[in-house]
Amino acid sequence: MKNNRPKSTSPVVHLPKCPTGIQGLDEITGGGLPRGRPTLVCGGAGCGKTLLAVEFLVRGAVQFGEPGVFMAFEETEAELKANVASLGFDLAGLVQRKKIVIDYVHIERSEVQESGEYDLEGLFVRLNHAIDSTGAKRVVLDTLEALFASLPNEAILRAELRRLFRWLKDKGVTAVITAERGRDQLTRHGLEEYVSDCVILLEHRVYDQIATRNLRVVKYRGALHGTNEFPFLIGDEGISVLPITSLGLNHKISSERIATGIPRLDAMLGGRGFFRGSSILLTGTPGTGKTIVAANFAQAACRRGERTLFFSFEESPNQIIRNMHSIGLRLEPLVKRGLLRFHAARPSLYGLEMHLATMFKEIVTFQPDVVVMDPITSLMDAGTASECRAMVTRLVDYLKAGQVTSLFTSLTQGGHALQQSEASMSSLMDAWLLLQDYEGNGERNRVLYVLKARGMAHSNQIREFLISDHGIDVVDAYIGASGVLTGSARAAQAALEKAAVLASQQEAAQLKREVERKRAALERQISGLRSDYETEAMELRRIAEQVGTRTFVLGTERAASGILRQADAKVAVGTRGKPGHGRRN
Amino acid sequence: MKTNKTSRAAQAFEKSLAARPTGRYVLRLFVAGATARSRQAVLRVRQLCEAELKDNCTLEVIDIYQQPNLARDNQIVATPTLIKEFPRPVRRFIGNLANITGLFVELDLGAKGKIAV
Repeated sequence: MKNNRPKSTSPVVHLPKCPTGIQGLDEITGGGLPRGRPTLVCGGAGCGKTLLAVEFLVRGAVQFGEPGVFMAFEETEAELKANVASLGFDLAGLVQRKKIVIDYVHIERSEVQESGEYDLEGLFVRLNHAIDSTGAKRVVLDTLEALFASLPNEAILRAELRRLFRWLKDKGVTAVITAERGRDQLTRHGLEEYVSDCVILLEHRVYDQIATRNLRVVKYRGALHGTNEFPFLIGDEGISVLPITSLGLNHKISSERIATGIPRLDAMLGGRGFFRGSSILLTGTPGTGKTIVAANFAQAACRRGERTLFFSFEESPNQIIRNMHSIGLRLEPLVKRGLLRFHAARPSLYGLEMHLATMFKEIVTFQPDVVVMDPITSLMDAGTASECRAMVTRLVDYLKAGQVTSLFTSLTQGGHALQQSEASMSSLMDAWLLLQDYEGNGERNRVLYVLKARGMAHSNQIREFLISDHGIDVVDAYIGASGVLTGSARAAQAALEKAAVLASQQEAAQLKREVERKRAALERQISGLRSDYETEAMELRRIAEQVGTRTFVLGTERAASGILRQADAKVAVGTRGKPGHGRRN
Repeated sequence: MKTNKTSRAAQAFEKSLAARPTGRYVLRLFVAGATARSRQAVLRVRQLCEAELKDNCTLEVIDIYQQPNLARDNQIVATPTLIKEFPRPVRRFIGNLANITGLFVELDLGAKGKIAV
């Protein structure tokens, strides 16, 4: 109904449309069903034809103020009221307030005999009466096939139904006619699809034990429409069709960063963690600690006072709480404070669309800042890979539009396929952490890489990732000549290095002692030599003294003998003294 | 004793089968306006009543254009429709009554009827 565009030169007359009020259907059809024309809704048993028709009427009466007529050929009025009451449609109340008229048409085949020419004027009269009595704008005929079963002459029926469609158009009512799907054609009698202006095909397909409902607009005379098949589901509030195309790529972007709860991981991400509102993929082989990282992330968010919604597809909430307790993460106080909320469901419980719808509903009611999905790959069980991808796309878009940070864990089976299988999903994600097992030396160790982080500088290095009683610890892996070492090998390498250092230290000490010893020996030698020298010097001194004394004594003796000889001392002392001294000695 | 009783019941049953139904015939004819088809049907059923059922017959002709409520209440889809309310079981004959062999059988008139079938 958006035909109020400012176009004055060439007035394009848009087909008037009648909004259904059904979530998503109006988007696909560009505003609703063709107003004043018949629309065929066809499909197999149990795919929601009657429900779609009822919702069309009820929403018309409640939201758009258009009364309606429901002509039922299969269910009685009481049955119908009861059936749709479970979806929150107050059909009984609307009937009472004369907003909707239900006319149950029933023909007992065994009572009827043909006896000549006839027409279906009775049906027309009833319909006309019902429309006029309420001023109805909408009409539902559910389903005309019942007539073929109860009236014998198909030729008359065909002609009369053709007339009925024409009559409905002339009457100006928007009609929805339901029909069972035929084998090779859209309807069993191959009639309604040609006389309707719009044909909507509903399908209930089971793939790998999981049923998904799909809706497709096959034909829409005079208007553009989405031609794809769109999954839809029947929830507590009726039908909702989920068109992927309804979301564009124009969400607001935040440059705020939020911590992951693991300081070393934050450091790897430019020191400040992830962007708010980004989508993060966490892939890993079994047992690499994906849930732990996710729980850590959730806890960190809760500690900042942010509301966190944790979707678990494999473990029950209590099990997660217990398991996280064992590594020192206390989640139950956060749950009690209402900051953390778990939503656990088996993936195979229902189809993907139902999962998506319940997730949307949870998100809308809880209004989280952070959403964790553990693991997203489980949902693959609930549908094919392409469906799953489409679903994740929608979810990511939805969360991004609301600035909700999302973390998806993804289980990969080892080998190279891991990066391939994730490739399709990873392109949707802003950041990708890879957890891996490093096998060697008879043990497995966990390592962590940041494969991608859009819009931030991030570490390209491998980190070893330890899980202990007090949570997660990220340590540098040993990278050396012999490659990457983790776990005990890393410890062994560290010990080896320590020993080498110790040995060299000891060697140095040894050397030092040796030098010391040598110095001591040298000193000893020096002191020995010195004492020798001193001894000799002393001897020398002694001898010198002796010589001195002897000279003195000799002089004294000579003087004495000179006195004794009475000689001319002054003459004889110089010339005769010596032989006499020599003789005496 | 028991066999006596059952045989007596069987006799009574066979007797009732052989006898013509008693009581008035109640017929209601629903037509949609004064079309040729409606006129034919009315004519045929009046003829039948006079010729076969004598005065033992109540015929009501209803125009659903004038009384659309009755169309809904009587589950009328095709017109004309002749409803045989009594004798039981209820039967509906749709069409302009050009062919009334079935009606003859239902009314238990057999092939002895005076009007052309």
